Amino acid sequence: MGRYVIRRLLQMIPVFIGSTFLIFFMVYALGDPVAALFGDKAPDPATAARIRKDLYLDRPLWEQYLHYMGQIFQGDFGTAFNGQPVTELMASAFPVTLRLTIVAIFFEVVIGITLGVISGLRRGKSVDTSVLVLTLVVISVPTFVTGYLLQYLFGVKWGWVRPTVSPDAPFNELILPGIVLALVSLAYVTRLSRTSIAENVKADYVRTAVAKGLPRRRVVTRHLLRNSLIPVVTFIGTDIGALMGGAIVTERIFNIHGVGYQLYQGILRNNSPTVVGFVTILVIVFLLANLLVDLLYAVLDPRIRYA
Amino acid sequence: MPEPEPEPGRRPPAYDPLQPGKGEAIAPTGQGGPMDLALDEAESLEKPLGDAPTGPGPQEKARSLWSDAWHQLRRNPVFIISSLMILFLVIIAIWPQLIASGDPLQCDLSKSQQGSSPGHPFGYDTQGCDVYTRTVYGARASITVGVCATLGAALLGSVLGGLAGFFGGWGDSLLSRVADIFFGIPVVLGGLVFLSVVTSTTVWPVVGFIVLLGWPQIARIGRGSVITAKQNDYVQAARALGAGNGRMLLRHVAPNAVAPVIVVATIALGTYIALEATLSFLGVGLRPPTVSWGIDISNAAPQIRNAPHMLLWPAGALSLTVLAFIMLGDAVRDALDPKLR
Repeated sequence: MGRYVIRRLLQMIPVFIGSTFLIFFMVYALGDPVAALFGDKAPDPATAARIRKDLYLDRPLWEQYLHYMGQIFQGDFGTAFNGQPVTELMASAFPVTLRLTIVAIFFEVVIGITLGVISGLRRGKSVDTSVLVLTLVVISVPTFVTGYLLQYLFGVKWGWVRPTVSPDAPFNELILPGIVLALVSLAYVTRLSRTSIAENVKADYVRTAVAKGLPRRRVVTRHLLRNSLIPVVTFIGTDIGALMGGAIVTERIFNIHGVGYQLYQGILRNNSPTVVGFVTILVIVFLLANLLVDLLYAVLDPRIRYA
Repeated sequence: MPEPEPEPGRRPPAYDPLQPGKGEAIAPTGQGGPMDLALDEAESLEKPLGDAPTGPGPQEKARSLWSDAWHQLRRNPVFIISSLMILFLVIIAIWPQLIASGDPLQCDLSKSQQGSSPGHPFGYDTQGCDVYTRTVYGARASITVGVCATLGAALLGSVLGGLAGFFGGWGDSLLSRVADIFFGIPVVLGGLVFLSVVTSTTVWPVVGFIVLLGWPQIARIGRGSVITAKQNDYVQAARALGAGNGRMLLRHVAPNAVAPVIVVATIALGTYIALEATLSFLGVGLRPPTVSWGIDISNAAPQIRNAPHMLLWPAGALSLTVLAFIMLGDAVRDALDPKLR
């Protein structure tokens, strides 16, 4: 187990370097952060040169990257162009996005798996067909359309919830944005667990459990579900990273000041330290979530052993 | 080099719990969801294909996988409906003037945000442009981006993935690691960064970006199915008869490995269209004067309380288009997957 974890951690290193360098390259090489600092006006060449020197921008790109990474591992993510340390922005943004992600994952797990189990157990029946059609429709409607529609219906027309989220973003205000964020993934969780349940329901161990006279509920929850959950857990695990980074659209619609909001602002204003810093953290979250998922397999299925 | 990643093709058709790391095939991306499922479901295609093409037993006349699939598709209502929808969309994309006589860029501010009126069934947007005309003309941008990006990603991905799977070795390891790197970047985010510095107003930067982030997913599928196909006896037989690499790859491996790629690419087409709209919505995808559903939805969104029709029509058109391609992919997958017969 320990050796497996270490091997996986070592394998993350090249991926981490590659992903962050790619983003670093896009931000620093394709855009011009110093020009962005001055907005529409052209900067005075001497000032621009001084800023470049201060910000380490006059070096070759790989040197800038090494310097940046060195700073990050000392906990220094640099300063956003408005003078705020990037770590401060992170401290305000990540808790909000984390809450949003938790709400989204909660709905994915509860609604998605429930629907999946119901339709998987009744494969080919009308319930199954309608769930399948429903998931297809949900997948086809882009997030920004569902976001605006639900915001309009629930927030404005019927007035059930606040249409936008306050800066504190407590859990109760995040329910609707959470559902919007979760919807597409929810449809996938439903389809995945349906396929998996429908495959496993014919397995011998299920027949044995039924033959033993176990109540149906116990057969489904303890035997069938546990064995069918692995692909679903995989999906949800990788989805954590996608939800945190992909919340840009949802956070924009509901005016949530989370990671997506900060990133969007950072990109619009060409605020390079913010963008690279946030993306670096997101890449780490994604890689760790993947590792966690692999370790969770062993919990779900004791046959899996990591040497 | 340690290679813990299971090769999809060597996996039994059912999920194998002893092969952790399956998750690595799933992308962390905004468009990821649909692709993930496509990947996941396509993987079940990879295995059976090896021995499937002979079809049913000797008592029947042997049919190829493709004619078998075609027979099944023709009777599938989902396939018929979705392909009719796609046919319609493609025709509209090429000749929008067939059903919309107006000019999408001709607007009359005095009619700003008005509801539907005779001759203008969908009403007007904020600039006083006819929503119906713009919705019809918007198909062109979406279909162009979707088709070009899918072709590009499928070609690049299947060639690289196929070569990596066929020859193996360090090229294969390199490709897998490069794909991992691309999976680590959230798609919408990468799009914002990459496209915000591009100033071109054509569709090509968007197409290029989608190809750039889309090919690794198709490469993975292609690699897996090539690895499965090349282990078959007929490939070994061809090698024993002295066939060269090129001939084996093109004549024996590729035809039997291409089905999963087609399925994933079809489903990806729908998701790429949605991705283009999302990027346009965020202001970095297509730009005016290109008529695009994403741009129109983005412009209509702040006005949703006053004039919801401005948002609903292009949004509906976009959703139907995505739905049509995803349904087509679903139907093709069902037809090509012998397990479901």
